[in-house]
Amino acid sequence: MSDAPKRTPLYDLHVELGGKMVDFAGWEMPVQYPMGIMGEHNHTRAKAGLFDVSHMGQVILRGENVGEKLETLCPQAYATLKEGKARYGFFTNEDGGIMDDLIVSNAGDHFFVVVNAGLRHQDIPHMEANLDGVEVTEIFDRALVAVQGPAAENVVGELCPAARDMKFMESIVADIAGVECRISRLGYTGEDGYEISIPEDKAIEVTRAFLAHDDCEPAGLGARDSLRLEAGLCLYGNDIDQSTSPVEASLGWAMQKRRKEEGGFPGAARIQKELAEGAAKKLVGIKPTGRAPARQHVEVQCLEGNTIGEITSGSFGPTVGGPVAMGYVSAGHGEPGEKVNLIIRGKAQPAAIVSLPFVQQNYKR
Amino acid sequence: MATYYSEEHEWVLVEGDVATIGITKHAADQLGEIVFIEQKEAGDEFEKGDEIGVIESVKAASEIYAPLDGEVVEVNGDLEDNPGALNESPEGDAWIYKVKLANAAQLEELMDLDGYKALIG
Repeated sequence: MSDAPKRTPLYDLHVELGGKMVDFAGWEMPVQYPMGIMGEHNHTRAKAGLFDVSHMGQVILRGENVGEKLETLCPQAYATLKEGKARYGFFTNEDGGIMDDLIVSNAGDHFFVVVNAGLRHQDIPHMEANLDGVEVTEIFDRALVAVQGPAAENVVGELCPAARDMKFMESIVADIAGVECRISRLGYTGEDGYEISIPEDKAIEVTRAFLAHDDCEPAGLGARDSLRLEAGLCLYGNDIDQSTSPVEASLGWAMQKRRKEEGGFPGAARIQKELAEGAAKKLVGIKPTGRAPARQHVEVQCLEGNTIGEITSGSFGPTVGGPVAMGYVSAGHGEPGEKVNLIIRGKAQPAAIVSLPFVQQNYKR
Repeated sequence: MATYYSEEHEWVLVEGDVATIGITKHAADQLGEIVFIEQKEAGDEFEKGDEIGVIESVKAASEIYAPLDGEVVEVNGDLEDNPGALNESPEGDAWIYKVKLANAAQLEELMDLDGYKALIG
């Protein structure tokens, strides 16, 4: 991928709104707008933030029994995913590591899958090679916009009343400002909200209609990262990767009971063993006691001075009002309340293991 | 009294043999919202180019490099509790150190305001 960074259908709008554009996973994306990361973060928690997530891969799967076939690649119960519902999941590899995390929706006559921007080149051939009789089509002509926060229902609902009646993890097709969109009530900020798939030629028009609401402001990748971290949500490449298993990543909740019991997905042997016996390490919340943020790769030590793990995501949490982090600690550690030291620039800084999330999730169940 | 600027985006206000050091508004704007500063202590000596502190914004950590040789004589302790002042008043109240100059000749290696403005365009 040596080409110049790609632009989403909203690029011109980002520039017009003063977005500071950066290269992210091969895409020219706004890291922030003039409001700033903290302002955008706080606005999303208080009212509504609008994020361009068009860089993510949108894929349509058509064929017979798509849900059952997806179960051969993922430890989720997609065969029983009801029409109009979405479910978080991941592709596992033969070693039980996570290849990518994704959202799968059952759209009735097809399945709609959203994968990470940087991994579409892995995921699409993976599905093509392993989903027999399924037509895998990546959509290149649609933007994906997330409207997140307690006011999201009003922002989206004023343009599309049907969106108000949706529950968390439901997905519908409906008109917004006269444009047919796929609307899913989900997101990755810990707040209530929607992700809306919009035809690219209408993307700016529909996005402007959301932003015309007094409570809705554009927010960039910076705020998206601090929001998801406070919500205890994993970022692929930081917190989860090909080597980490879902059990290590504390993603047991995302694997349904039948799948955990029956197996039948790549790496099931390791994952079922770890479910039964515990994993060698696990992902936990880590709260630095002082003010210094602990960034990715900072070493975690127990109070005796032995290395027990590493920070995988760490930043300043604007809602928490201090530094927040996630990281792996080895088995035998990681109970909430446990005191640890973080080695920041060569000095041990006190911290404590805490339960995730840092900020209570606010979904519309 | 004269103000000098470094390529590392610091300002150096010289009064006699003591210089007040801070980061420029341009630097603060580039860093974004500052949430943490790690400073040296009074009495610490350093040479030009040494790392004399770390500033962390929401986004990332950035080192502060000494614009000249010296010794810290006073630290702006207010910044520890209010690092955001570095965004609000980087060239005023949010100075970082007062230092005793060890080699005043090094001032000639720094820029004046016009030179700095040319650097940042």
